[in-house]
Amino acid sequence: MRTQVALAPLVALEELRTWFPVARRCFHRPRLQLRAVDGVSFSIRRGEILGLVGESGSGKTTLGRSLLRAVEPTGGKILFDGTDITHLGPRALRPFRRRMQLVFQDPTSSLNPRLRIGDAVGEPLLIHGLARDAAARRERVAALLAMVGLPAETIERYPHEFSGGQRQRIGIARALAPGPEFLLADEPVSALDVSIQAQVVNLLLDIRGRLGLAMLVIAHDIAVVEHLADRIAVMYLGRIVELAESRVLCRRPRHPYTAALLSAVPRPDPGARSARLALRGEPPSPVDPPSGCAFRTRCCHALAACAQARPELHEVAPGHWSACIREDIFAN
Amino acid sequence: MRFATAAGSAASVAGLSFTIEEGETLALVGESGAGKSVCALAIMGLVPRPSGRVTAGRILFRRRDGGFEDLLSARPARLRQIRGNEIAMVFQEPLASLSPVFSVGEQIAESVRLHQHKDRGEAMRIAVRMLGALGIAEPELRAKSYPHQISGGMAQRVMIAMALACRPRLLIADEPTTALDVTIQAEILELIARLKREIGMAVLFVTHNLGVVAEIADRVAVMYAGRMVEEGPTERIFAAPRMPYTAGLLASVPRLVIDDSPLRLAAIPGEPPSPLAHPAGCAFHPRCPHAVPGRCDAEPPPLVPCGERQWARCLRLDEITGLAA
Repeated sequence: MRTQVALAPLVALEELRTWFPVARRCFHRPRLQLRAVDGVSFSIRRGEILGLVGESGSGKTTLGRSLLRAVEPTGGKILFDGTDITHLGPRALRPFRRRMQLVFQDPTSSLNPRLRIGDAVGEPLLIHGLARDAAARRERVAALLAMVGLPAETIERYPHEFSGGQRQRIGIARALAPGPEFLLADEPVSALDVSIQAQVVNLLLDIRGRLGLAMLVIAHDIAVVEHLADRIAVMYLGRIVELAESRVLCRRPRHPYTAALLSAVPRPDPGARSARLALRGEPPSPVDPPSGCAFRTRCCHALAACAQARPELHEVAPGHWSACIREDIFAN
Repeated sequence: MRFATAAGSAASVAGLSFTIEEGETLALVGESGAGKSVCALAIMGLVPRPSGRVTAGRILFRRRDGGFEDLLSARPARLRQIRGNEIAMVFQEPLASLSPVFSVGEQIAESVRLHQHKDRGEAMRIAVRMLGALGIAEPELRAKSYPHQISGGMAQRVMIAMALACRPRLLIADEPTTALDVTIQAEILELIARLKREIGMAVLFVTHNLGVVAEIADRVAVMYAGRMVEEGPTERIFAAPRMPYTAGLLASVPRLVIDDSPLRLAAIPGEPPSPLAHPAGCAFHPRCPHAVPGRCDAEPPPLVPCGERQWARCLRLDEITGLAA
């Protein structure tokens, strides 16, 4: 019984779909749907960091927002700690919201310029009634700021007095205020300078270590994700095309898109100029995805069979899932 | 160069010197506030006035006839001749640089007409040919598209077409792929490299991405707080950096397919300085693991040669060895 509880996922998505209606071009034709998230399933255990990588149009940001119910899903299920939260109303959702927090991409626009840092970080404590009084709140805020490496004086100051990296730390402190079990980090370092990115990556790793948080880290930089995540899911046009342990995925990808993505990442190593796996054409539109496999229009290994049916994620090796019918490509 | 801001005069670039040989790609690397974009704009005479002023220095450009001229003291008419013709620039946000009311073909053709004095018909034909050469399918059709109808990657190709229409001798690219997906970035970088070989043009590539630098640059110049702190051949700088900031930067970049190395990154502590207030002495000393009080915080170190066409700005150049990347 205890083992079951420990292994049960904290967050689980089952065939999640988020479609957006697109403006009708003419009256009598059926409305087109932008299939931002098109049948995604995965789970995250307590203390696990899952990385979600994909390029623009992959739907990864919409997926994150759907998970937090910031955007209403069109279909499928979201389970948090075993409870189906997909259709809960705002009041019923509130206790869950305390347990799932968000770290934004842009630390500047996500901090209210008129609020002192102490008030910004303390706001979640107020909202959820988590501190006895103002003094207790202040103490907790100071502790949170210390956890992210900022001094107590930060409490009295305003966001504009801080750099981008420091504001991101403040954003993380605010996300940790209500004591969440799950953190969604949407591009947590992409707006930061290179030397600061490393600091924030380390901070997120430390926090996970100390607090045992589960995280979903959404990013386009697969190298950053490899450092942060235990497992990585690769998204293309609203679907997961590959899912595996980080090191395994980056070293031995089993899906052509993942392989192409990895080969396109420029390495800071002048000696190692490896051949790039070129992708044909432009990414298709999520409004009118190709039949069958969404990636087939750009894949150099595509066969006629790839247009027939949508390939489902299947286990190609223990713990390694891929949505490609051609297992022969990467067999060795 | 100085910029007058609401907060006071900010010295964005102080005493910067470098050379680019014909056909060479130099990457200008630095974080925000390092002064690299401002430097690129200065070469083109595009520094916003009146807030920005170049207070000293020269930018020597070798003309096709072999003589040198100083771009900083050139008359506006002469600069207009050079801009787009001999020196072309590609910016970070292609969709912001394209006019929304003209088709992309018309915008490329305009560049051709201005600098090559061709008539409308011929200019449009050249524009379509350029789009085809840049790997755009059905170029005659695509030339009629408007900027809002094309993707970021395509827009950047259009910008490159505009920049290269007149076969410039120097292309200045200011973070041209930062806003693009990694797969599109790889294509654009290959494109620039191929065209560079075909036209024999030199490239000044401004970026903060060290992976991109390793892929495309012959030489790299690292900037910090408005100064050049290290310059030299890419392979040598990456293999054996001499200035601690360069080493720190290389060590802190997340790399793919690490073996069983730890997940934690070797981060440089602290923050890059604001252009409004540079630290005394060596601007990097507050963050430098090798800083010696009394020396590194006293006077700014000079740029010292440390190899063939290689320089570094560090007082302890000869004392620090084995800076691992």
